[in-house]
Amino acid sequence: MDFSFSDDQIMFQEAVRDLLANECPPEVVRSAWENDTGRTDSLWGALAEMGVVGMTAPESAGGLGMDETDLVLLLEEAGRAALPEPLLEHTAVGIPTLAEAGGAIAEAWLEQAVAGEATLGAGTDGGYAVGAATSDLVLLIGDEIRAVPVAGASLVEHQSVDWSRRLFEVDGEAAVLDADPALAFDRAAGAAAAQCVGVAQHLLDATVEYVAQRYQFGKPVGSYQAVKHHLANAALKIEFARPAARHAAWCIAASDPYRSRDVSLAKALASDAVDLAARTALQCHGAIGYTFEYDLHLWMKRGWALSAAWGDAAWHRNRIAAALGI
Amino acid sequence: MDLSFTPAEEEFRDEARTWLAENVPAEPLASMDTPDGFEEHRAWEHILFDAGWAVVSWPERYGGREASLVEWLIFEEEYWASGAPGRVSSNGVSLLAPTIFDFGTPEQQDRFLRPMARGDEIWAQGWSEPDAGSDLAGIKTKAQRDGEHFVIEGQKTWCSRGAFADWFFCLVRTDPDSERHAGLSYLLVPADTEGLEARAIGRLDGEPGFAELFFDGARVHERYLLGGEGEGWAVAMATTGSERGLNLRAPGRFMAAAERLVGLYEELADSGSPDLDRRDQVVSAWMEAQAYRWQTYATEARLRGGAPIGSEASFMKVLWSELDVELHATALRLLGRDGERADSSWMDGYVFALSGPIYAGTNEIQRNIISERVLGLPRR
Repeated sequence: MDFSFSDDQIMFQEAVRDLLANECPPEVVRSAWENDTGRTDSLWGALAEMGVVGMTAPESAGGLGMDETDLVLLLEEAGRAALPEPLLEHTAVGIPTLAEAGGAIAEAWLEQAVAGEATLGAGTDGGYAVGAATSDLVLLIGDEIRAVPVAGASLVEHQSVDWSRRLFEVDGEAAVLDADPALAFDRAAGAAAAQCVGVAQHLLDATVEYVAQRYQFGKPVGSYQAVKHHLANAALKIEFARPAARHAAWCIAASDPYRSRDVSLAKALASDAVDLAARTALQCHGAIGYTFEYDLHLWMKRGWALSAAWGDAAWHRNRIAAALGI
Repeated sequence: MDLSFTPAEEEFRDEARTWLAENVPAEPLASMDTPDGFEEHRAWEHILFDAGWAVVSWPERYGGREASLVEWLIFEEEYWASGAPGRVSSNGVSLLAPTIFDFGTPEQQDRFLRPMARGDEIWAQGWSEPDAGSDLAGIKTKAQRDGEHFVIEGQKTWCSRGAFADWFFCLVRTDPDSERHAGLSYLLVPADTEGLEARAIGRLDGEPGFAELFFDGARVHERYLLGGEGEGWAVAMATTGSERGLNLRAPGRFMAAAERLVGLYEELADSGSPDLDRRDQVVSAWMEAQAYRWQTYATEARLRGGAPIGSEASFMKVLWSELDVELHATALRLLGRDGERADSSWMDGYVFALSGPIYAGTNEIQRNIISERVLGLPRR
C-alpha cells in the first residue's frame, strides 16, 4: 500500500499547472465561451508539445506509455483552470480505448491522435458528445463502443450552461470497436471525477481569497463563523473526494476487480463536492458572484456540467448499491 | 503509487484475521461503562496483549510488534470486522501513549507504557472542567509546587470511565499567576492519590461512564510531570492531534459498521419491500466510510514522506464522528418501529455515536480549525 505519487508525476503536474496558470487565464476561458469552437487557439497545441495529449498511448504509438495514475493529477489541474479542451474525451478515454481496440481503426487514427493532429471525441450513445464538431472521430459508449468519423456524420448541437461545452447528438456510419464499453465509461467517469475535484478546489480557493478581503461591519466577512463553517464544509467534501478520485484512477490502471464500484464512489463524492463548492462559493461571494462579468460562474457552470456528466451522484450511488448486492 | 497490499501486508492481515476468529469472545461483553463490564474488558486487553495484538505498532519492548502504520490500519480493519469488543484501554493507548513517546523521559516510558498496553493500568483523561470545555485554555485546576511535589486543588469533569480508571492524565495550572495557554502542565495522577475523589455521573445511556474528579490537596510527585513545567499546552496539543485523527478512530471501525448496515438492509429487504430512499442512505453511509479509508491511506503516505498530521486531523474528526451518527441513525430508520427497542445494538451505537461530535473538541471547534488553520481565514 503506497498512496504517494512519484517525483516525476508531481513534476508533470506542476508543469501543467504552470502552463495553465500562464496560458489559460479566465480571459482565455471566456474566449472559448464566445467563439465558434468552444476551444482555445493554442492550448491544445501546447499540451501536445508537452506530451500531455497523447500521454496515455503506448510508446510504440508515439505516446508516453502513461496510465490513469499519471493522468489523474493533470485532470485535477484541468478542472482547476476550467480548461476548455478535450483532455477527458481525447486523452483519458479516446486514446486508451483505441489502443485497446487495435486493428484497422487504431491503425488509421491512433498515431495522429497521439500527435494531436486528430482529435478524439467521446460521449454516451444516445446522449451527448462534447465538442464533436471539433473532433475527427467520436466514440459513442453504450452497450458497445461505436466509433463515428465526424466527416459525413450528422451533428445536432445543443447549448450547455457552460458555453465552452458544445453538446452534440452524433449519428453516422460507425465501426464497432473491439474494446470494453464498461471500461471506457469508467475512464470517462473517473476523469470527470478528477476534474470535479479540481473545479471544486478552485471554487474554494477563490472564495477563501474573496472573503478574506471583503469587509462588512468593519471586518473581513471571512472572519464570521457562519461563513467559515460554510467553507469548512466545502473543504471537507473536497478533502474526502480527492483520494477517492485518485484511488479510482489506480483501480482503472490496475484493472482492480472493484473498478466500477470504486469509480462510482469517486464520481458520486466528487459530484457532491463540486456541487457544494459551487453553492458555497456563490453564497459567500454574494451578489458579485451572481454577475456574468465576474469570473466565478465559469467554474460554477463547469462544475454543474461535470457533476451531471457521465452519471450524476445519485446514478453512481445506485451503481454502488448494485455492486453491494442491495 | 500502488494501492494493493503487499504480500507481507496480506500475510499480516491473514494472521490477524485468523487469531481474531479464534479468540474474539462469542458473547458480547457487558458495557465497559459499568464496573463489571470494565473488568471484563480489562481481561480482554490482557488476552490481546499476551498474543501481541494490543499495540501492534509499538516497539517490542513495550509489547508491540513494530508494525507499520499501514499494518496498524489493516489490523484495525480486521479487528472491527471480527466483531471484537471495544477497547477500554484506548484513552491511554491512543491518546496518552503517543504523547509519552514524544515527551516522556526514558524512565517514564519504561514505567508507563507496558502496563498501559496490557490493561494493567487503564487511563482516563482529566481535562474538561465545569467552566472549561471547548475553551480548554480556561482551565482553573491548580497544581502548586511544594518541593518535589505538586499539590492539586480543583475539579475535572466529563472524565470517561473515571470512576473505574487506575490513572488520570490531567492538564493543570502550575503557575498560579498565569492565564490562558501559559503556565499549564501535564500531570499523570494515580487514581488512589489521597485527596482525589472520583464520583461517577450517569451518561446518556444511564451507565456510570462519566466521572467528576475532586482534587483537595492531592499530592503528585514531579516524576509524573510529562514534558516541561509550564509547557502543558504544547504537550496537550500533541494529544489532540491523536485524538482527532488517526489514532483514536481508524477507518476500520466505520467500514465494519457500514458493512453491518448493508447487511441489515439486505435482511430487512428480504423480508419486505425494499425502500429505495433508505437504500440510498445506506449507500451514502457506506461511501463515507470508504472515503475515510482512502483519505487515511493518502494521509499515511504523506506522513511517511515526513509531513506532520497537523490541523488536517480536524477533517478526520468531523468525518468519522458525523458518519458514525449517520450510520446508526440510518439503521434506526431501517428498523422502523423496532428502532426504539433498547436491546438493539444499533440504539446503543446511536447513543454512543451522538457523543462523537462533542468530545475531542466539538465539531464547531473543528470547523473553526479547518477554516482558520487549513484554509487560512482571518481569526477576527
